[in-house]
Amino acid sequence: MGAENQSLRMVLGEFPAEKGSLIPILQSVQGREGYISPQAAWEISQALRLTESQVYGVASFYSQFRFTPPGRHRFTVCLGTACHVRGGQALLDTLRLRLGIREGETTPDREFELDRVACLGCCALAPVVKVDDRVHAQVGVLKLRELVDEHHD
Amino acid sequence: MNIMTRLDERRAVALERWRAFEDNALPMVLIGAGSCGLAAGAAGVRQSVEATLADLNVDARIVEVGCIGPCYLEPLMDVKLPGKPRISYGNVTAKRVDSILRYFFVEGKIPKEHVIGHFGPEGAVDSIPRFFDHPMLKPQVRLVLRNCGIIDPDDLDHYLARDGYRALEVAIRRPWKDTLDVIQRSGLRGRGGAGFPTWRKWQACRENESDQRYMICNADEGDPGAFMNRSLIEGDPHAVLEGLLIAGYTIGASKGYIYIRAEYPLAVARLKSSIEQIRELGLLGHNILGSGFDFDITIKEGAGAFVCGEETSLIASIEGERGMPRSRPPFPAQKGLWGKPTIINNTETLGTVPNIVRNGPEWYASYGTETSKGTKTFSLVGRVRRTGLIEVPLGTTLRQIVFDIGGGVFKPFKAVQTGGPSGGCLSEEFLDTPIDYESLTKAGSIMGSGGMIVLGEDSCVVDLAKYFLNFTQRESCGKCVPCRVGTRHLANILDKVTKGTASISDIDRLEALGQAIKGAALCALGNTAPNPVLSTLKYFRSEYLAHVRERRCPAGLCRELVEYRVVPGKCTGCRQCVKVCPSGAITGPRSEAHNIDKSKCIKCRACYEICRFDAIAGDAIIITSGGQPA
Repeated sequence: MGAENQSLRMVLGEFPAEKGSLIPILQSVQGREGYISPQAAWEISQALRLTESQVYGVASFYSQFRFTPPGRHRFTVCLGTACHVRGGQALLDTLRLRLGIREGETTPDREFELDRVACLGCCALAPVVKVDDRVHAQVGVLKLRELVDEHHD
Repeated sequence: MNIMTRLDERRAVALERWRAFEDNALPMVLIGAGSCGLAAGAAGVRQSVEATLADLNVDARIVEVGCIGPCYLEPLMDVKLPGKPRISYGNVTAKRVDSILRYFFVEGKIPKEHVIGHFGPEGAVDSIPRFFDHPMLKPQVRLVLRNCGIIDPDDLDHYLARDGYRALEVAIRRPWKDTLDVIQRSGLRGRGGAGFPTWRKWQACRENESDQRYMICNADEGDPGAFMNRSLIEGDPHAVLEGLLIAGYTIGASKGYIYIRAEYPLAVARLKSSIEQIRELGLLGHNILGSGFDFDITIKEGAGAFVCGEETSLIASIEGERGMPRSRPPFPAQKGLWGKPTIINNTETLGTVPNIVRNGPEWYASYGTETSKGTKTFSLVGRVRRTGLIEVPLGTTLRQIVFDIGGGVFKPFKAVQTGGPSGGCLSEEFLDTPIDYESLTKAGSIMGSGGMIVLGEDSCVVDLAKYFLNFTQRESCGKCVPCRVGTRHLANILDKVTKGTASISDIDRLEALGQAIKGAALCALGNTAPNPVLSTLKYFRSEYLAHVRERRCPAGLCRELVEYRVVPGKCTGCRQCVKVCPSGAITGPRSEAHNIDKSKCIKCRACYEICRFDAIAGDAIIITSGGQPA
């Protein structure tokens, strides 16, 4: 807890203590910790003189923020229009089957998490799937299976 | 040192370096490393290039460039030998790198396989066409994209050498009214989609007395299926920054923001480093070029909310609030960010401004139609053969875009969707309609920011309408009832249609509800949300009726209405479909006709597609809907 506190203070110190800093702070905290913990939300509310519900009100409005610890590998299926037209939904269904979870969830062993995104902007190479930080183009069911296998330790 | 001479000196160096880049002494290998290129494997290409060059003991320079447009050919790799034109290769897998480079450096020949074209004058390279004569590129007019894929976007000198920041020099040495006048005469309209004349917005803001004004670049690009802004920023970030500076000077702002989606990490990084480059050069900060003009730019990363493309929501988001719109007036030009006059322009609008200032309004207005001047970028995607980022003069027809530039559709053409969740589907009868703001609106769609999704016979328009309504329903901020409740109901009814459980009265309800939401919602998200339904109902009513009356999806796509079957006489038992099936629904020993367990089938199409491309017999799996083959 102590170390986490310190890292939070560091993040908070990088931004002016005003309402306009709330979203950049949340982004920075999530970038470091992987999610917004109750502890972080409380610390942020104190630093910006907001209530915790105000912090959660803003954070839950935006799809970027998550409130549970992430899995080791994150599969994000793009469901932009081009990906939809080229079969993105089938990829999401396949991953649901394979990982046994739905989007927004993490496998019980914390190995994988599954997510969807509105668009990654790689529409010309649809359908695309992002694994951790890397976007994979023109993913079919077979390639998807390889991707899951590759990331299974 | 005088700031002006500092820029002049830097420009002299830049020109020198650019000449060295064009007249390279060492061989150069250029890799398309925009987000598309990276997704297609540009990083692996780079590794292979490094390994092969080391292996061959060739001293060459590797340069990463932005997206040049034909994304379907990614990854792209170009080779430029000293004194020779640059030659571009497409679909360069890591393995192909080796053979291409060996051909060049060991055999001393120019490989012809996978070649797209060269960048020299006509006939410069034997039996290889010019890159810009490629059928996808020839009909295009690249004004705002002029540097994309040509320069190294991380190198400010490349931008400077190609007349970068000259427009800023011109603009800040004359009264702001002159630039406003230039923009007015150019006929530039907002490229975010609504097409409001840019000069009028600027003037409205400038005329409001205030101690502070704000200039915001909207790079949120929330429209799914569109990536014009991302490509422009990744390929030529300084064009956008220069436009932002000129706009800031003209409206009298000293503070600029770029609101960009966090889903575009490469574009964000490029903007950040570009901002530092010009700050160091004195093009940002206090008393820019000794003109007395102060300006600074802050990047705000969007956190994933489509509604933040709406001006008042975007402002709320920068202020650290939930991104919810408010009613207008007052317009942001009167009361915007922190209550001060604010202008929000789309990235492409701003990227266009330096071109207009540098080349003059008449030059720009010579492109386009009577009411829609200039060029527009589109992301050409979907079921079209050649996908990518294109730029065409307004007034170009859909047929030219889909068939000449895009090379046609995989299946017979069905429709083009423009304007994303706010737009509509245009059927075949509109193929010869010139694309401008008015004609698209008249046809029931909108220009939008430039997403252009091509649909073929195998795309279902009802499914697409459902997709968009699910999207707007999810992205609705919930502030006003017509949008929050209305989009939910539209999505529910569409869901029933695609499941074959809707009645004819539901179709009438879709229409009535859609009309009721239009104009009743608080912001553009809600007011335009019914467009995908209304336009498809207008042009593709028979498809809706087939779903309702015959429980049949003509495209063979809506899962509840289709069945996958193996044609026993055709199936050779090659097991390709068994391998690909993600749910284990297909079984059968080798060399015997396979069986599909309907209870396990998730209708993902994988078997259907592999049977067409990889199977021994092919076409042994069919999709039927309503008892008919789809």
